[in-house]
Order: sequence, then structure tokens, then C-alpha cells
Amino acid sequence: MPPDLTAEPVIAARALTKHYGEFAAVDGISFEVPAGEAFGLLGPNGAGKSTTMKMIGGVSQRTSGELSIMGLDPERHGPEVRAHLGVVPQQDNLDEELRVRDNLLVYGRYFGLPMSYLKPKADELLEFAQLTEKAGAKVDSLSGGMKRRLTIARSLINEPKILLLDEPTTGLDPQARHILWDRLFRLKESGVTLILTTHYMDEAEQLCDRLVVVDKGRIMAEGSPATLIREHSTREVLELRFGSERNTTVAADLEGIGERLETLPDRVLIYASDGEAALEQVTARGLHPITSLVRRSSLEDVFLRLTGRSLVD
Amino acid sequence: MTEHRTGARPAASAGTPGPGLRAHAPEVSAARARAFGSWYYAEHVLRVMNSYRWTILASSVGTPVMYLFAMGVGLASLVDSSGAGTFGGVSYLAFLAPALLASAALMAATNEFTYPVMDGFKWRRVYYGPHASPLGTHQIVNGHILAVTLRLAVMSVIYFAIVALFGASPSPWGWAAVPVAVLSGLAFGVPLMAYAASLTEDKGQFALVMRFIATPLFLFSGTFFPLDTLPLLLRWIGWISPLWHGTELGRALTYGHAIPPGLAAVHLLFLIALTVLGWRLAQRTFARRLGA
Repeated sequence: MPPDLTAEPVIAARALTKHYGEFAAVDGISFEVPAGEAFGLLGPNGAGKSTTMKMIGGVSQRTSGELSIMGLDPERHGPEVRAHLGVVPQQDNLDEELRVRDNLLVYGRYFGLPMSYLKPKADELLEFAQLTEKAGAKVDSLSGGMKRRLTIARSLINEPKILLLDEPTTGLDPQARHILWDRLFRLKESGVTLILTTHYMDEAEQLCDRLVVVDKGRIMAEGSPATLIREHSTREVLELRFGSERNTTVAADLEGIGERLETLPDRVLIYASDGEAALEQVTARGLHPITSLVRRSSLEDVFLRLTGRSLVD
Repeated sequence: MTEHRTGARPAASAGTPGPGLRAHAPEVSAARARAFGSWYYAEHVLRVMNSYRWTILASSVGTPVMYLFAMGVGLASLVDSSGAGTFGGVSYLAFLAPALLASAALMAATNEFTYPVMDGFKWRRVYYGPHASPLGTHQIVNGHILAVTLRLAVMSVIYFAIVALFGASPSPWGWAAVPVAVLSGLAFGVPLMAYAASLTEDKGQFALVMRFIATPLFLFSGTFFPLDTLPLLLRWIGWISPLWHGTELGRALTYGHAIPPGLAAVHLLFLIALTVLGWRLAQRTFARRLGA
């Protein structure tokens, strides 16, 4: 379902700010999310993503600014706002003393949903989360990926039209991540608005229609993954490793190749529209890196450009 | 035809919507949560308790039988032979039973309001699930208290039935000792809940509470002997102890232990005051911690 741009945004934040004492965790951010969009907040740990999510989720009070979810202020209409949402928190908080299916049932009761609805719905969601065989198992016997999927299933028990996902795949192995992404894709196709935080650029590229790059509580850039890469990076990147001793000294000799040069402790990045051509220029100058790699620009490069730092440290 | 606000909804959002399976509208969820949210959370806690119901039932039966036999029958045969009149003209068993009833509720409340509360914030973070739902933080507190109250009621009913079988509750008003025992449990447990909610780290505080608060209260609250047999220096322990207030009321109900009506009112108000104070404190602490 394409985002409906004519309708009122389902989420609108203006100059949203959250202070913890002197520290500004979120420092005046503004954005709007139309219905049906997959919207991402990309940034390193401590950028203010989770705090923003908590404010959207109606569980944390903002210091200043404006925020509306489905036209409602989460601070004045907490239960009404939260009734619209499905929430997948960063840390699982399933009840491990209950069985898998019972976790869905008790959660559905928080919304006042009747058992006549919840029982078949729980089975349907377990199917969706590929956990049908685990329905009667204790939660503590599940793997990390299974717990994550159960948390997602739980967040869908009230059929929310907005799903908040705070670092949904952190700590999962690649296979578990791909299963999860597939489930999130399906939700997106069925018209659910996804709000997602991540510090994985591949996750942001895979899932998000549009994203904001957040650092130190501020929005550094906004756009679709492709637009951000086009605007803030080159088409290709040449990665060179000369050994950790030589990377910085060699950088001076590489001046002038490509559009831009970035020296990291372990490698040198040359931003160029044609990576192979850049590599030829490097060897023509008599420089021989230990390894070289030409790749497409990614959101990681965008982040590096905007903040001068890596996304994952 | 007008469209109903709560009726029509677009296609279900989960991947494979079942035929005719629709959640009610968010507005309905919010209204129901506002009205019944405390009960919804109590349902959750009761479901957890249900998973260890046999442990609860076995201890609800086993504890009174064990205590009543050991003390009320074994010890009582010695105590009673030493001369009547010490315990208001009733058998030692009858004197002891209301105290054991109240202290069992108090111990169970101590268990339910210490580690499970810390668990909710710290280890398994169970409170954070409902916190993201339409429920309010005060409803999580209420629901937890409500579920424990029901648990205390069930075990106190069983306990009292066994006391009655032992013939240790001669008064027709004896059954009223059950709600008094539950209230005694809450008067100790709910303030403890507020304390447990304020702890961010487990440094063995609960073991200290058991050793230096719960156990002295159990021993010096007129449980095994009338409080006025203690020297004045120690009697204050009973006065501040919910167990003493609950036990005195229980004794008045099970065997007509004579206390002035004014003092009975003080006992009752003291228990209610502790419960309400703990309840308000717990609500404030939960709101502060969950809403950070």
C-alpha cells in the first residue's frame, strides 16, 4: 500500500525535546510520518532514538515541543494513543513464567479484547511468527530470534495500524534477522505504518521508505536511503588497507584521487563515481595497498560524512 | 446508513487475517483499559500464579496443619497444663490460631511483594510490557495488589477452615478473621512493594527485611504470648507491627477476646492506613520508574 500523502500524518513531531537533567537526549527534532510509511531513525547508540520512541509510545514525558499520534497528544491521551500502537521494545519483556501462547492472551486482555477474539487471534499470530509448534512451550526455552518474533506477534494482538520497533534485530544472527525482515515486509504490505530505530545501515536500507539520520539528539539529514546516499556520498567507494601503521601517512599521497578522502584507523576510503578507475590511479602513483575493495556507497558512508564518525563502534 | 465509529475498520493488519476476526477499535480498547485496566493486569498476575497453583495450595494446607499440630497441639499440651487463665480463658490453640492465620498472610504477602516486584523492573522487566499498552502505571500497581489480595484470601480461607476443623475458632464470628488476616498481609506487604519498587539493585535487602523486620515482628507481636507479658521496652515492636493489630482483631473475632471498641477501631484503622500509605507510595514510585 503506498503512503497516503494527502491524509493527516499519523505521527507529527515539532521541536521535540527531552532532557535528563542537563543532558539533552533529544534536542528539538521535527518530522512527520504519513500512514503506511516505513520510517526509520538511524543513528549510533545514545543518539536519542529510543528516547524518541518512548515519547511516541506515550510512556515518557517530553520536556518541550509538540507531538501528536493519530492527532492525539500522548501525554493527555495516553491510553488512547497506546491503544493505537503495537510496540516492540529494545529489550524483550515477555513474561517468562507464562507459556508462549499465554503471553499473547494476557497482552490482548490489556486492550480489553475478549477471549473469543484472542484465542483464534493468538493462534493466527503464532502461525505468522512461525511459532505454532512452540505455543505450549515456556518462553525461557526459546532462542533469541524466537523471542523477538514472539514480541512482534504480541505487539500485533490489537491489530495496530502503527508499529514501533526499537532495534528489532539487535543481537540476532543473520538468518534470524532475515526471517524477521520478511515478517516486517509483510506487515508493511498490509498497510501498517512502521516506525523503526536501528544502527544497522543494511536494515535501514532494506526496510525504510524514508529515514532520518540522528546524532546527539539532532536530525542530521532526512530522505529515502537512495536519496541520502546520492546527496551525501558518491556512487562508489574504494576501500584501501595499507596496514594500521601506514594508513595515515599514505593518505597524503592519495590526495586528489576521487571526490573525497576519509582516513579511518584501519582503512582509507576514497569516494569516487568509479571505484575501479580510482584504484588504477592509486597503483599508478606507485602505492600498493594490502587489500582493496570497490563497493557501492551505503548509509554508513552517509553517516560518516555527516558526523565524521562510524555508525557501529 | 451511518457508519459506526467502533464498527468498521480497514483490513486487519497482521499478515494473515482470519475470516471475521477483528479487534475492536482503539477507542474501545482505551475506554475499557481506563475502566477495567487494574483488573486486566490482575488477570495476568493470577495467570502466572495459576502456573504454580499446586505449590500455593499445598503450602496453604501444609503450613497450618504443621503449625497447628506442632504448636497448637504439641506445645499447647504443656502450656495448657500450666494453668488456665493466661490466655483469656481459652485453649492455647485458640489463642494461637488467629496469630498464625495473620502471620501466614503476612509471609505470603512478603514473598509476593519483594522479588516479583524487583523482577518486574529489573530482571525480566515484566512491568514494561503492560506499560506500553493502554494500561496506566497506577493500574499495574492496583492489579498486582488485587491479584495478591485474592491469593491471600484463598489461602486464608483454607487456613481458617483447618483452624475451624481443629476446633480453634469457637465464636460464630470467627470467619471474619479471614479478611482481617488478608488486610494484615497487605498492611505489611504493600509498603514493602513500594520499597521494592524503589530498589535498583539487589544487594540482599530483602533478606535483611526478612531477618530484621519480618522475623522480629513475627516473634514479638503477641503471636505466641500476650504482648503485655513483654517488658515495656519491647512492647513498642507490637504496637507498630501490623501483625499485632491484625492478631488482636482476629482474637476478638475467633474467641471473643475482650478489647474495647475504641481499640478495635485503632487496630483496623492502623492496618488500613499502612495499606493506603504503601499503595500511594507504590503508585508514585512505579510512575517515576516506568515513566523515566
